[in-house]
Amino acid sequence: MKRLAKWRHLLLFSLLTLILSACGKPYLSALQPSGEVAQDQYDLMVLSTSIMVGVIAVVAVIFIIVLVRFRRKDEKIPKQVEGSHALEIIWTVIPILLVLVLAVPTVMATFKFADVSAMDKKNADGKTDALVVNVRANLYWWEFEYPNEEIITSQDLVVPTGEKVYFNLIASDVKHSFWIPAVGGKMDTNTENVNKFWLEFDEEKSDSDEVNNVFYGKCAELCGPSHALMDFKVKAISRADFDQWVSDMQSVKEPKKATSDLASQGQEIFNQSCIGCHAVTPDNTTPEAARQAPNLTNFGEREKIAGVLDHTEQDLKNWLSDPEKYKPGNKMSGTYGELTPDQLDALTEYLMGLKVQGK
Amino acid sequence: MHAEEKMTLEKWPASPEKQTLEGKNKFVGFWLFLGGETVLFASLFATYLALKDSVPNSDMPLAKDLFEIPLVFTMTMILLTSSLTSVYAMYHMKNFNFKKMQLWLVITVLLGLSFLGLEIYEFNHYVHEFGHTFTSSAFSSAFYTLVGFHGAHVAFGLAWILALVIRNNKRGLNLYNAPKFYIASLYWHFIDVVWVFIFTVVYLMGMVG
Amino acid sequence: MSTIAQKRGFGAVLWEYLTTVDHKKIAHLYLFAGGFFFILGGIEAMIIRIQLIKPNNDFVSAGLFNEMLTMHGTTMIFLAAMPLLLGFMNAIMPLQIGARDVAFPFLNSLGFWLFFFGGVFLNLSWFLGGAPDAGWTSYASLSLASEGHGIDFYVLGLQISGFGTLMGGINFLVTIINMRAPGMTYMRMPLFTWTTFVASSLILFAFPPLTVSIFMMMFDRLFGSNFFDASMGGNTIIWEHFFWIFGHPEVYILILPAFGIFSEIFAVFSRKRLFGYSSMVFATVLIGFLGFMVWAHHMFTTGLGPIANAIFAVATMAIAVPTGIKIFNWLFTLWGGSIKFTTPMLWGIGFIPSFLMGGVTGVMLGAAAADYQYHDTYFVVAHFHYVIVGGVVFSLFAATHYYWPKMFGTMLNEFLGKITFVLFFIGFHLTFFIQHFLGLWGMPRRIFTYLPGQGLDTGNFVSTIGAFLMAAGVIVILINIIMTSVKNEKVGNDPWGDGRTLEWAISSPPPFYNFKQLPLVRGLDAYWIEKMEGKKGMIPAEPLGDVHMPNNSFVPFVISLGLFIAAFGVMYQADEGNTWGIPVIILGLAITFGSMLARSLRDDHGYHIHKEDLMDDNDKGVKA
Repeated sequence: MKRLAKWRHLLLFSLLTLILSACGKPYLSALQPSGEVAQDQYDLMVLSTSIMVGVIAVVAVIFIIVLVRFRRKDEKIPKQVEGSHALEIIWTVIPILLVLVLAVPTVMATFKFADVSAMDKKNADGKTDALVVNVRANLYWWEFEYPNEEIITSQDLVVPTGEKVYFNLIASDVKHSFWIPAVGGKMDTNTENVNKFWLEFDEEKSDSDEVNNVFYGKCAELCGPSHALMDFKVKAISRADFDQWVSDMQSVKEPKKATSDLASQGQEIFNQSCIGCHAVTPDNTTPEAARQAPNLTNFGEREKIAGVLDHTEQDLKNWLSDPEKYKPGNKMSGTYGELTPDQLDALTEYLMGLKVQGK
Repeated sequence: MHAEEKMTLEKWPASPEKQTLEGKNKFVGFWLFLGGETVLFASLFATYLALKDSVPNSDMPLAKDLFEIPLVFTMTMILLTSSLTSVYAMYHMKNFNFKKMQLWLVITVLLGLSFLGLEIYEFNHYVHEFGHTFTSSAFSSAFYTLVGFHGAHVAFGLAWILALVIRNNKRGLNLYNAPKFYIASLYWHFIDVVWVFIFTVVYLMGMVG
Repeated sequence: MSTIAQKRGFGAVLWEYLTTVDHKKIAHLYLFAGGFFFILGGIEAMIIRIQLIKPNNDFVSAGLFNEMLTMHGTTMIFLAAMPLLLGFMNAIMPLQIGARDVAFPFLNSLGFWLFFFGGVFLNLSWFLGGAPDAGWTSYASLSLASEGHGIDFYVLGLQISGFGTLMGGINFLVTIINMRAPGMTYMRMPLFTWTTFVASSLILFAFPPLTVSIFMMMFDRLFGSNFFDASMGGNTIIWEHFFWIFGHPEVYILILPAFGIFSEIFAVFSRKRLFGYSSMVFATVLIGFLGFMVWAHHMFTTGLGPIANAIFAVATMAIAVPTGIKIFNWLFTLWGGSIKFTTPMLWGIGFIPSFLMGGVTGVMLGAAAADYQYHDTYFVVAHFHYVIVGGVVFSLFAATHYYWPKMFGTMLNEFLGKITFVLFFIGFHLTFFIQHFLGLWGMPRRIFTYLPGQGLDTGNFVSTIGAFLMAAGVIVILINIIMTSVKNEKVGNDPWGDGRTLEWAISSPPPFYNFKQLPLVRGLDAYWIEKMEGKKGMIPAEPLGDVHMPNNSFVPFVISLGLFIAAFGVMYQADEGNTWGIPVIILGLAITFGSMLARSLRDDHGYHIHKEDLMDDNDKGVKA
């Protein structure tokens, strides 16, 4: 008896872990929706899954009866049945009805997600009241431009929670796809046209401990060797924090002066070999073609290095000394000579100091 | 009835192209093939329409700058006439009049050749007068691919009909080669129909803008 | 003249296969070539799964992984699944309609050799600088950016093998239209013949858009055109449209014959006529038709706008209706039957729940707004493997066991067959069921690795274990095939005992002329009708007479070889400083067109088997 109870506990426990893990990580999983779009999509998934489970149940019952009852027991030839009109009408009409039940909310949601009319409503300054972000996907990094605020950042998308954020999506080299699973479905970044959609970031969910205001974003369209590593992060913060961040960013008018000696050496190296591609000011006046690499204005406050490595000094040094090892096929490899350990120290010191928010 | 049997006018059936199983198969198979070809050209037309006048900079020639209707109209007329002459050839084939069939086929080939000559002149003109080459823009690639695919079909059709005419010159008609002549002329009609669409979609609509 | 089988040397057998125009021998060629590519694609799949067994794995590099996934998809679809199905169509369909061969035996052989040389060309990329790496969909912007000749191998290889497939399609259509035995009306055709018919029409209308888009890709990569170069006015979305206008019907080209195979198997092993035959035919045709109306559901996230997405979403869901009809008709074929669990039947029994699972996720994917989440994730990977493995590959295993005696005259071992089924079935669900969840948990498809801490580790581990079980299943069937061939115990006309259709009325394997006298067909399940009336074979529809047969020919091989050679020229002429490319193109095309011309100038009327020879040949043909 006792042993049985023990097993029961174990079973219950493993079932529980299974159910918990069956929803994935809250900062990444589409099954733990953290925004209006993802929630609607989740509801649609639940609806379609329940209809389908119903269908499966009907088939399963017939299937099991067939397998149990109609095994060959003797050599008798069964009755040769041609068909049955009544049955055939039933299993034509019922699926049609089920499809209709699914089709109506699908069509409604499709139109809802495509409603970007707020992007066209310009106010007196020629800007939109709604928050707009221009996303530009590149091999293998993301650029986020805020046209109204006239600032640019990369890799870490910063957005306010609790309001609709509108996106213009384009790719500058090959096709990519912009996806924040926990917040909403994806949309492709094409090479020839701008795609538009919106997302909403739920305040409560992003403030939760596990999410801690950072959602994971991914590239969802095969784009080359490092497609798997083309991650980005989304910092979803309150409107007030967001406004603060914007004004902090806007206040950086020219490259921030390094404060320590080591950092100054680093800045010198940076100005010699890096600044041609990497900007350290957030203004959006340079043309797109000249913005060949991630903007590093707030590099010191990023979640990750190159989208995938931990944000530590050691990881930064590893990355700088051999980017090809960590992101095969990236465009930075081979654009500069080998760095000595001293140079690496200096560059790291400088880059880690690139912060806009006085924390 | 064996296919290679020597024929006379009296024995010659009403639809000689469908007398043997091989002939019937060729007949049906070729119609199906033309169905596939239709989808092929439909795809090329769709591409052309999607990329029409799609050029990287504004000083490149567009459809309305390039085309000259008199030349293309002449080409259209030549090709349509060749369709008619191939109908004559098939008329004589059905009446077991081998000599006349051969004659009309040769006329068809000559008309086809002159069409091809004019097309080469036309392309040459675009390249040298306008710098409109295969590689200059998406529009030019789509244009040359659509019209060029048709041109290649014409060239293939000419070689095919010519080979038939020469090969059978000495032995006359029988139930073995009747289906061959028949489907070659079917192919020729198909090419003409495609050209009518090219004339309308590419040239006439191109002039409108 | 008489080619009645005798012991012959290896060289003679090889020459026979190189020149054969007999649909049954061409079926053998398709089976072996397709089987070889299936193993190749399977090895690529195993490499993919091993790489993904744990996070940050370095079993293969990122670039090599992309080559693996591209070649796995391309090989499995174009070089394994489709040829294997074409093989069974070739072997069985002419027998099912009571024909002596296909309509164009020469083209049949040409179709095979084009496929074969196209497949070999594509796979030579592994040795000549790297395989294609832009996915089997080869989306234009990435495939234009791809360095080396990988994509060129893809483009040229598929072009060559695509011509072959197109010929096969036309050939089967004409065969079914023109060469049915007396009494074999359309509505008496076995369902496998019907699905062959519909799949062939899909081939006819779906391959030309692929041909065109592949031509454009070739022109862009090798001849400087600008179809897909946005900076020159080009548009990559055109590629997506064409690829899926082809690609979606392609799925039905694969699955419809699978439906046909299972329809035969369910009827035979439950000893019951197929339930709702006419609605099955109707559903097949409807699925084929709708297959052309739904391509843009692969492009819901491309940005076509809500109107297009909504229309294609509803059209996609509509396909669930005819597919549902089929599932229920199968179930009710079994209902009231006398079910015998042979190996083919086990695959059929496994197919119903597996395919149903793929079908329902298909409807879920059709819901455009929700698809924004599923698209390009492992959910999609799970879905299409449920459809293509759970549907098509299951049917191929089933057909291999079911038709092996008809094709080779000996039965595969049933015990080993059942072991294969159990291993593969469990492995399959273990591999792919969890992938639905991986996708929803945020795993995009086509990623060569993933980072720890994203909740993806366990799922991927389980998936890889399943893949090993599937591989074990395949190894068992290979052992089975070798053992069976060595033993080579001959079987009679109807080894399963419950055959219903014409192919079971003649010997296994059939004589090279199939039917001594064309059989008279008196209804659906023609052979069953005769059996139930106590007759041993079919009633002949014609007196014994001379049989007209086509001659063997080496020309198809040479035509295909010419294109194979020309393809190298086309590919390398674009290299800087290359001088031999153009001459090689000319040489290759000269071989191809020269042999075509030679073929049409030299009359080939075939030969006749005389009545007397047929009468001597007593142990073969219809026992009327």
